[in-house]
Amino acid sequence: MDWGFILTQTTTQAIGITAIIYILAAIGLNVQFGYAGLLNFGQVMFVAAGSYAVGVIVLTFDLSLWLSILVAIIVATALALLLGIPTLRLRADYLAIVTIAASELFRLTVRSIAFKDTLGGAQGLNGKLGQQFHDTNPLPADFQSLPVLSWTRQDLWVVIVGWLLIAAFTVLVWLLVRSPWGRVIKGIREDEDAVVSLGKNVFVYKMQALILGGIIAAFGGIVWAVAKQSVQPDTFQPDFTFFAYTILLLGGAARVFGPIVGGIIFWFLLAGTGEFLGQAIQAGWIDFLQPTDVGNIRFMLMGAGLITLMVFRPQGIFGDRKELALDAR
Amino acid sequence: MLAGMRQGLLAVLIAVTGFLGAALLGSPLAHAADATLVGSITSPDGSAVEGVEITASTEDGFSESGVSDANGEFVIALPGGGTYQVDIDVATIPDGFALEKPEDESRSLLVLGGEKKILTKLVEGEGGGGDGGGFIDVTGDQFLQLLFDGLLFGVMIALAALGLNLVFGTTGLTNFSHGDLVTLGAFTALLLNLVGVHLVIAAPIAVVFCAIVFGWGQNRVLWRPLRRRKTGLIAMMIISIGLAIVFRYTVALFFGAAPQTYKQYAGQSGISLGPVTATPKALILAVLAIITLVVVVIWVQRSRIGKATRAVSDNPALASATGIDVERVISVVWIVSAGLAAFAGIYLGMTQNSVWNMGQRILLIIFASVILGGLGTVYGAIVGALVVGVFINMTSLIIPTEMKTVGALFVMIIILMIRPQGLLGRRERVG
Repeated sequence: MDWGFILTQTTTQAIGITAIIYILAAIGLNVQFGYAGLLNFGQVMFVAAGSYAVGVIVLTFDLSLWLSILVAIIVATALALLLGIPTLRLRADYLAIVTIAASELFRLTVRSIAFKDTLGGAQGLNGKLGQQFHDTNPLPADFQSLPVLSWTRQDLWVVIVGWLLIAAFTVLVWLLVRSPWGRVIKGIREDEDAVVSLGKNVFVYKMQALILGGIIAAFGGIVWAVAKQSVQPDTFQPDFTFFAYTILLLGGAARVFGPIVGGIIFWFLLAGTGEFLGQAIQAGWIDFLQPTDVGNIRFMLMGAGLITLMVFRPQGIFGDRKELALDAR
Repeated sequence: MLAGMRQGLLAVLIAVTGFLGAALLGSPLAHAADATLVGSITSPDGSAVEGVEITASTEDGFSESGVSDANGEFVIALPGGGTYQVDIDVATIPDGFALEKPEDESRSLLVLGGEKKILTKLVEGEGGGGDGGGFIDVTGDQFLQLLFDGLLFGVMIALAALGLNLVFGTTGLTNFSHGDLVTLGAFTALLLNLVGVHLVIAAPIAVVFCAIVFGWGQNRVLWRPLRRRKTGLIAMMIISIGLAIVFRYTVALFFGAAPQTYKQYAGQSGISLGPVTATPKALILAVLAIITLVVVVIWVQRSRIGKATRAVSDNPALASATGIDVERVISVVWIVSAGLAAFAGIYLGMTQNSVWNMGQRILLIIFASVILGGLGTVYGAIVGALVVGVFINMTSLIIPTEMKTVGALFVMIIILMIRPQGLLGRRERVG
């Protein structure tokens, strides 16, 4: 049992590329659900939109990666409008069902044979999606590895930029929720009728929150496409959204640092369990499991963790129970 | 397209297995052939799949096709040894089936001489039928077959949707783990079946077991304490998602990711009923399901506890004030709901197959049904499910089969825009 290896691997994953993608999605959810109270269960759709914007612009149309960022923002906004107009007036449970359905609708459409030429069908888009980004890598060409964290030169550059994005969006959210705009959306979450009676157009504010959260999540999708150089439709399943929710609720919804803390802890635990179980099986400590079982056990523990969290500490680690009653209807 | 109509009935593994082929008569190249490409195509339940086209070709311009016959077999005569390009026309694969390895669609094969056997597995998937185009060539019989298959599928969805609606009506919980109760039902029966219990006995035991353990037990251990603590509905919804994940991956851990079939009744060929065909097991299941649905509806309408259920759905506080034991009603509703879900699971497992994420895959269809019919209504769940079942099958006439769920979800969103309370729901504020 190589504890040092487990710890380095786990730490690498806890702040690695996948964690960054999920944290960006969770920051978006924090705006939508944490502050505005919108139970958006279709967040993965915005992530997919960001990824597909990169894939289609760079691979299908052979245009600049930087243009695809603009396209991702436009597509995310358009999707938020499409999703929001029919659904934002609905009660939380209806909203949850419709948003999850919309995300599946999006996934099934983009993977369809009908759009195979543009979107790649079920195989998705694979190729040098992030080349333009990786060409800007300022790290020395003979870069080997950081002392503890085992990223390649290419991955480290993605990680650095990813965390800069997280920092930028966290500051943005922090500024916004302290602004009059933030007070209004928190007011909508607490008591929609009261905000209406103050003459505010609740629908417009909700829509703005949905769009903003969607754009932030789309950046997660851009990071994904650039880092993995591949866009696979079936990776954008509803489970992604649920994991992002787990991250948000773990850290504490309606807390600016909630998604970051939640994301690091979530991936530390998830990766740690995986690495530990894998090693324990190899070392013969556990003989009733196969290495292939580790993935399933990780998810079982994650689901159990989500239940435990919601039962015993729904406000998360840093959350304020008073701020987030989680009972908006 | 005909075989494709069986969506909802067929299970999904086509094995193109090699066998010794001597049936070269009739092939134009028979006289010259000293090599043959042979195989047979069967669905996992052992019945033949007809009409899948396989082509072998070389760069020299040789090209010969074979189509699987009524026995699911095909033979392609080859001019001699060499490397052949072997293509499977995926458009001829029945709906709901796909190649397990997509690369098998087109591959290069070295034939040394004699018989070359090929083994290609198909799985359930959405990449199969490419027969999505237009109303061309749709006969009245095909139309009726689609309608009939849709109803058979809709009856299964109705079982699950009714249970979901009963729980929603009495507790307000939108249960995201309801799909996984369907899975648990299928796999409880499968477990009993694997240890040697005949399915006819295993199925009712599984339904009762699920009703008690996953219905009564789940409510007792989890939901009742949460209601006592006045946990919010959104928190409960998220808890049900966590539960769904636990259920799903537990099944995956113990049963693996591959689709499985029951030991009995796996291979049945269809019998024709006038213009439509269906397997006997599907017909029997559908009849049993309809009887169950009718019994539950009468129970809700007539029995004392059923009336109490409606009273609790209407107004829990008022029901409680009139002396109804609300918690007891909710317990009963959970038992009925989980039992119905387990039945739906066995239905799905028998007519298609059992796979760890089967419940997750039909969850949105269940949701679409209850929203169409009206969330929380008893008749609404049934009507909604039948409409959605038929709709999903019928849309495969005009949109690619792989996208048929898209149509159902789209309609659900439209319904929410124009009549959010559903077809049979009462007008109330849902927004």
